[in-house]
Amino acid sequence: MRYSAYSIFKEALSGNRMWKPAWREPQPKPHYDVIIVGGGGHGLATAYYLAKEFGITNVAVLEKGYLGSGNVGRNTTIIRSNYLLEGNNPFYEFSLKLWEGLERDFNYNAMVSQRGMLNLFHSDGQRDAYARRGNGMRIHGVDAELLDREQVRRKAPYLNFDHARFPIMGALYQKRAGTVRHDAVAWGYGRGADARGVDLIQHCEVTGIRRENGLVTGVETTRGFIGCNKLALAAAGNTTTVGRMADLELPIESHVLQAFVSEGLKPVVDHVITYGAGHFYISQSDKGGLVFGAEIDFYSSYAQRGNLQTVEHTMEEGVSLIPGLSRAKVLRSWGGVMDMSMDGSPIIDRTPIDNLYLNCGWCYGGFKATPASGFCFAHLIAKNETHHVTRFMRLDRFERGYTIDEAGRGPQPNLH
Amino acid sequence: MASLITCPHCGTRPKEEFSIRGAAAPKRPSPTAKDEVWHAYVYVRDNPKGRYQEYWHHIAGCRRFLVVERDNLTHEVFGVTDASEFKWAGAAE
Repeated sequence: MRYSAYSIFKEALSGNRMWKPAWREPQPKPHYDVIIVGGGGHGLATAYYLAKEFGITNVAVLEKGYLGSGNVGRNTTIIRSNYLLEGNNPFYEFSLKLWEGLERDFNYNAMVSQRGMLNLFHSDGQRDAYARRGNGMRIHGVDAELLDREQVRRKAPYLNFDHARFPIMGALYQKRAGTVRHDAVAWGYGRGADARGVDLIQHCEVTGIRRENGLVTGVETTRGFIGCNKLALAAAGNTTTVGRMADLELPIESHVLQAFVSEGLKPVVDHVITYGAGHFYISQSDKGGLVFGAEIDFYSSYAQRGNLQTVEHTMEEGVSLIPGLSRAKVLRSWGGVMDMSMDGSPIIDRTPIDNLYLNCGWCYGGFKATPASGFCFAHLIAKNETHHVTRFMRLDRFERGYTIDEAGRGPQPNLH
Repeated sequence: MASLITCPHCGTRPKEEFSIRGAAAPKRPSPTAKDEVWHAYVYVRDNPKGRYQEYWHHIAGCRRFLVVERDNLTHEVFGVTDASEFKWAGAAE
């Protein structure tokens, strides 16, 4: 069923009894052309674009939990393309362009809201760095604007401009950045893929990868063996666990990132705001909750929950930036397991096994990448060649000395 | 949640006193080792789920590097040793 104002009107008149589930719950077939491991944002987007753009519909998405139960439902919903490096910027800009047309494309309300993002700076050196980044963005045709202190004050008067240690001197502003209703992204892609014939198989955990003569022939799962011609991994925080089944050696460490939401408040934070003196970021959801987060917990973790020290640190940063936050109550906090890569950038590439494809290493920037990641991964799987915006995101870049280290922190995954 | 760490030099201390360096398992190869060996040391990680050995620096205490062995799923801490006494599994290159 196509969703529209008319369909809502019609269903309302019939007491909303005619709505159908957004996707089927199929039994796994014995064999598929492509199996995607991971029914999160990236896996579902990959399935959607495989079917829609590349005409490959004999596809299964295997998810060990329920659709969108991983990081696509655990992030702070921010979209942006304010990257400096050539290996990153065109990819994230491609993603932002896909976001801009996404709801019309997959006929689902994902509440894409381009409310603008302010990256605050607090010193002359940081202003120079942000100016450089902004210029890098504009060279790639991306919108970027350097705002001075008074321009920022007009947009966000509630910030702590006269902080004794970290006064706000201005911001790099990307007007097209914003937020998206994250769960709806998973649901929209899932529904769109299902409608084109993709089997979304939930509660089906991959326990082994069967290989013959150096090629993958299928996967062992908790619901039996399923054969495939091509296998694609989009398993986010569990990439290493799944990759080990195929003896992949990966530059990945798993870390937990926490996020928080306050009680519902009247509209106050109109933009996405990041704190240049810390790693704090905040926006306000359409329900009114302030959605915010900061850094990872720094130690290796597969637990989807974090440490109180990080909670305290996040709150301190928040109150330092927005003193009024001290009056708000936190409603919920949660954690997600991140693939932290060794240079802070993702991998979309082939592997040493010819029919095994890898999508991983999103650190904690995977949500904004969802559309482009799905599109480019589908391109790679369908054509067996890299999409040009992901040509730097190679698995062997570490060996060759071509890391994409946006933060310039070296091979230290907990610092990216 | 790995909130208390028993430093062999300072006793039981809060986690906030420590800075975390990363996986302790990779052993530094000799300077003349092959590029592939250095690549594996610098970039490739086992990233196991469960028992994990990690360098923690007691930055607000004795300032010694320690190896904390703990479970990265349950956060249970099994033991803490001074890094100079840490025994690597397997042979070095």
